[in-house]
Amino acid sequence: MTHETILLHGHIIDSLLLPKVLDRILQYGGSFEIAEIRIGKTREEPSDARIIVHAESPERLAEIIAAVQAHGAAVEKEADCQWQEAPADGVFPEDFYVTTHLATEVRAHGKWVPVEGIEMDLGIRLNRNDLVPHTVPMAEVRTGDRILVGHEGVRVTPLERPEHLDVFGFMGAQVSSERPHGHLIAGIARRMQSLRKSEAKILLAGGPAIIHGGGREPLAWLIEAGYVHVLFCGNALAAHDMEAHLYGTSLGLRLEGGSLAHHGHEHHLRTINRIRAIGSIEEAVRQGVITAGIMAACVRRGVKVVMAGTIRDDGPLPGVITDSVQAQAAMRAALPGVELALLVASTLHAVATGNLLPASVPTVCVDVNPAVPTKLADRGSLQAIGLVMDAASFLRDLARHLGWKE
Amino acid sequence: MSRLLVCPPDHYQIAYEINPWMDVKRGADLTLARVQWTALMAVLEKNCGATLDRIEPVAGLPDMVFTANAGIVAGRTVVLSQFRYPERRPEETPFERWFKSHSYEVKRLPPVLFFEGAGDMLGTRDMWFGGYLQRSDIRAYPYVGEHLGREVLPLELVDPRFYHLDTCFCPLSGGEVVWYPGAFDRYGQSAVMGRFPTEKRIAVPEEEAVRFACNAVCIGKHVVMPEGSPITMERLEQLGYATHPVGLSEFIKSGGAAKCLTLALD
Repeated sequence: MTHETILLHGHIIDSLLLPKVLDRILQYGGSFEIAEIRIGKTREEPSDARIIVHAESPERLAEIIAAVQAHGAAVEKEADCQWQEAPADGVFPEDFYVTTHLATEVRAHGKWVPVEGIEMDLGIRLNRNDLVPHTVPMAEVRTGDRILVGHEGVRVTPLERPEHLDVFGFMGAQVSSERPHGHLIAGIARRMQSLRKSEAKILLAGGPAIIHGGGREPLAWLIEAGYVHVLFCGNALAAHDMEAHLYGTSLGLRLEGGSLAHHGHEHHLRTINRIRAIGSIEEAVRQGVITAGIMAACVRRGVKVVMAGTIRDDGPLPGVITDSVQAQAAMRAALPGVELALLVASTLHAVATGNLLPASVPTVCVDVNPAVPTKLADRGSLQAIGLVMDAASFLRDLARHLGWKE
Repeated sequence: MSRLLVCPPDHYQIAYEINPWMDVKRGADLTLARVQWTALMAVLEKNCGATLDRIEPVAGLPDMVFTANAGIVAGRTVVLSQFRYPERRPEETPFERWFKSHSYEVKRLPPVLFFEGAGDMLGTRDMWFGGYLQRSDIRAYPYVGEHLGREVLPLELVDPRFYHLDTCFCPLSGGEVVWYPGAFDRYGQSAVMGRFPTEKRIAVPEEEAVRFACNAVCIGKHVVMPEGSPITMERLEQLGYATHPVGLSEFIKSGGAAKCLTLALD
């Protein structure tokens, strides 16, 4: 799809020029959005309309534009976007353009150039020796960087209906605990199978409830089977995963039987201490200290793991990034190539990941608290599935659909 | 009192074909054309009380006789035409010279816009209409409107036989309109109907429209029009207009009649 903005001015209401132009657009196979309309208050006062014309190809768009120009529609005079230097490190110029999570183009030297690194709530920077504009977080901007200001010369492509007519294509933003999950999980599994065949990556962001609830085995299996390529988590998921391996407990509770182990509350701290002594999770796996579970599977399969710390962390484990700006940057760097995100049982990591992803990436958010999937679905993606359910049940069902045998 | 700019048909002929009426092979009878033109002028002056300003005809510009296409005049300001067909563009110079020598303020449109003057722009007291697509460019009207301080409602012309608005649309002094609806699309028809209530609309049947019944000059309660449109004449008379049919066959061969042969100067 491609689009162009046209302007109509004058007696467009009582001459019926506006409906005529809109009808022409449809007759020529295009579609339109009325971006703005100002109707004259009296018969003498002219009216104005700003209309975005969409067409499937540039050729078709040119035909439509030619057809409506004869009726007085003017193509909106396009201006180049404006750049201004950042006044200080970590500070945008006053009127900086704030990005959305939708595909964005900027007009520089008369040409529309796509912006790279689509992510919401950032600025847009043009590097000196690079003609490609890139999104930039506030913290990464440096004095003198050329930052896009104002709204002129920027266009954002609205989301299109997804090509795949699977569960993702049909889902709205509705989230409810009273919806059957089975067919949705089967649909997610089918999407994962087709993604595994391609070069695309699947991301999982998860919380420690996965371990507590019994989701460790199916998730480890999914990783070993090549269904997860990027893992975002915190200190806890990794610590309890390895605690389960070393002690058979999660936060001191026996995973088999559920009873409290003697001095069980110390287990995760002893686990963290052990890994700190070894130096890294990778080294613990290499030395055979950790041989099973999620972290071991990640190391064996070369999964990109980003562990972001919080102020309630014990330890933390080696590899946990305790500077949240750095953690965000590391997560951002792991996103290229991700075409499906599973956000499981972690409000913090689910929302952070959702903020980093462009709207074009389908997301599945699983949480027992409906507020989390609702928040994720509200971000305006047409491909967001929200499941109000237990994380371990979800992972078990998903893994079973993909061939896991308990 | 009404002042009209006219051009004697000394050099009138059908020298090219730029509308479906023109046929170079058939041509026009110049002697008869002179007689018809003179008769029209006599009716305008004597019966309707019009004052005529004559512009000197120029050899090689056969259509200069159709002065309605010189431009559009409001008060002492004229917006000059910019003809779509190169055949008529040389007329712009003598018309401009005439307006300047008669102390009109001459306005020109941006060079890329076609505009064929009073042939495509007609008005009532409170509303002006601009025909477009065949000859004039719709984008010309905002400029014309600004120069003359008038709002112009654009109307698309969809029938090639009715290539100028004045061939199918004629507002009258009493607020009525004589028109041929078939020359407009449904949008244009609705727009006209929105401006003129039923009792003020005189729809001309096709057989009279092709005899240029709409190409009439209305001066007060007088309507001067080509002969051969009894239905339209009867309607006009019912509305209290005095009709003056004039034989204009030689000009209709070029696609013009009474209205095209005059330009209202005030």
